[in-house]
Amino acid sequence: MAETLLKIEGIVKRFGGLVALNNVGLTINKGEIYGLIGPNGAGKTTLFNVLTGLYMPNEGSFTFAGKDLFRAKPHVVVGTGIARTFQNIRLFAEMTALENVMVGRHIRSKAGALGAVLRTKRTREEEQAIEAKAWELLEYVGISSVADERARNLSYGHQRRLEIARALATEPTLLALDEPAAGMNPRETADLKDLMAKIRNDGVTILLIEHDVKLMMGLCDRIAVLDYGKKIAEGVPEVVRNDPKVIEAYLGVAHE
Amino acid sequence: MAMANNKKVGVILASAVVLAVMPFLVGGALGNSWVRILDFSLLYVMLALGLNMVVGFAGLLDLGFIAFYAVGAYTYGLLCSPHFGLHLPFYIAIPIGAALAAFFGILLGTPVLRLKGDYLAIVTLGFGEIIRIFINNLNAPVNITNGPQGINLIDPIEVGGFSLGKTFELFGLSFSNVYLYYYMFLALTVGVVIMAWRLQHSRIGRAWVALREDDIAAAAMGINIRNIKLLAFALGALSGGVAGGLFSAFQGFISPESFSLIESIMILAMIVLGGMGNIPGVILGAVMLTVAPEILRATIGPLQMAVFGKTLIDPENARMLLFGLAMVVMMLVRPEGAWPSKRRRMEFQDAKKGVTHG
Repeated sequence: MAETLLKIEGIVKRFGGLVALNNVGLTINKGEIYGLIGPNGAGKTTLFNVLTGLYMPNEGSFTFAGKDLFRAKPHVVVGTGIARTFQNIRLFAEMTALENVMVGRHIRSKAGALGAVLRTKRTREEEQAIEAKAWELLEYVGISSVADERARNLSYGHQRRLEIARALATEPTLLALDEPAAGMNPRETADLKDLMAKIRNDGVTILLIEHDVKLMMGLCDRIAVLDYGKKIAEGVPEVVRNDPKVIEAYLGVAHE
Repeated sequence: MAMANNKKVGVILASAVVLAVMPFLVGGALGNSWVRILDFSLLYVMLALGLNMVVGFAGLLDLGFIAFYAVGAYTYGLLCSPHFGLHLPFYIAIPIGAALAAFFGILLGTPVLRLKGDYLAIVTLGFGEIIRIFINNLNAPVNITNGPQGINLIDPIEVGGFSLGKTFELFGLSFSNVYLYYYMFLALTVGVVIMAWRLQHSRIGRAWVALREDDIAAAAMGINIRNIKLLAFALGALSGGVAGGLFSAFQGFISPESFSLIESIMILAMIVLGGMGNIPGVILGAVMLTVAPEILRATIGPLQMAVFGKTLIDPENARMLLFGLAMVVMMLVRPEGAWPSKRRRMEFQDAKKGVTHG
């Protein structure tokens, strides 16, 4: 049995009268790529926001690496080791690529206002380490050539990679990617797939939302399917693919 | 690299010399009242740099900044005057004032953590007024602030038994107190500039920019939004509190009138006109907006007499009219400010070209 990294049970998230997540539970094991699929409006991004602290769930339980993160603040969640990217890219548009990644180091560095004002030796050394780490991550995702470009001027594919580098800068044990391949051409998608495999091989567990079913089936170790805020299936891709409930809800009834 | 460093040292040395002889040039050519204006422009530089940390760096629109100036000024006024019979030395009173101002910064910041933009502006505006009205009315039942009469006979700053408030003699010439205060203010202004500069180029400064650009992404990257916002409010207020204490000692008299809404707006205007977020720009804006009205005050009356032979418009009104006009023209021609940061200039260029955020 693989080691459990993240476990949620009975998560309920309501927006007024709308139940966006209805009693959702899932477990993510250490080292796997875990896929989350479902039709539009099924609650995938809502679940993502709950898992990264941006939304407070109404009910349920949420533990990660042995720590209780139920209704924890985003910075606590990040500190515990969950980092994310956004479906509609949310970079700091006017900062350079390098600065964006450096912001990601915030939670793993300490210098306070006093240290900054006095510019102590420790602050200077930390600042150098932050910059070095940021360069390293830009190289890791393959965009160090555009380090000094402002984020908004980067190409779409580079922006996606920069978001991943920024998330990796927080040293996550779980990297949550919200539709990273959206809007990419097949070539870019293939490159992205390689990048995700590389990240997983380096010991980071990945939670992935994606519409590209082919990509998901080839990449994920396990997949959960959401529909109308409920989990309707979970398991290895082959089983999920053949689950009649999934076919009906997500893939539609086959006509061929 | 060595060339760049040499150039940097040269610029710093040249500015130091210019700043050091400035009061004597200005005083010699135009008289002591202009040195006094220089002193005030230094106080406004400190204020503008403080507000710039909140508005320019962290992107939190604060329309009540003058409240922190008032807190600093009244702390000094109460601790160093016959009002309570306390005469603490400045090196104790000013830090207390600065700390108290920072505390009020956090006090203001805490309830407005969830507010942004216009809503934040309205609440901070109200806060500024509340402080002023409090000071205005805290003379009964227990007289703390002496109400609208203000506090008089505030101690001048004394360094080593030498009062900055007195005229001093040097080489047979007598110099008014405005000269000594100039150097005192200059030293502290340089301190505030260094503080602002180092904060901007630090982990904290990056977090502020991230907060300004996208607070949700900033939170998702592990920045503690609450703390980083409160830090901006506290540090901005701290600079305001220092400036307030100096103002109090310099004037010898303070009353609630000095801390009205228009002052907050002027300081914000200094930032916007100078170039929000850019320290040299903010300094330029503060000096421009302190000196320009005084130049207009000195020239409009004589100019009207020379051209029309009589005073057509009351110089005081004409001065504000022209000043307002200049601000409108400035915002039309250079909305990014006189000396914007590179980042901000590009934002405006993109906005002109109609490029939207990615």
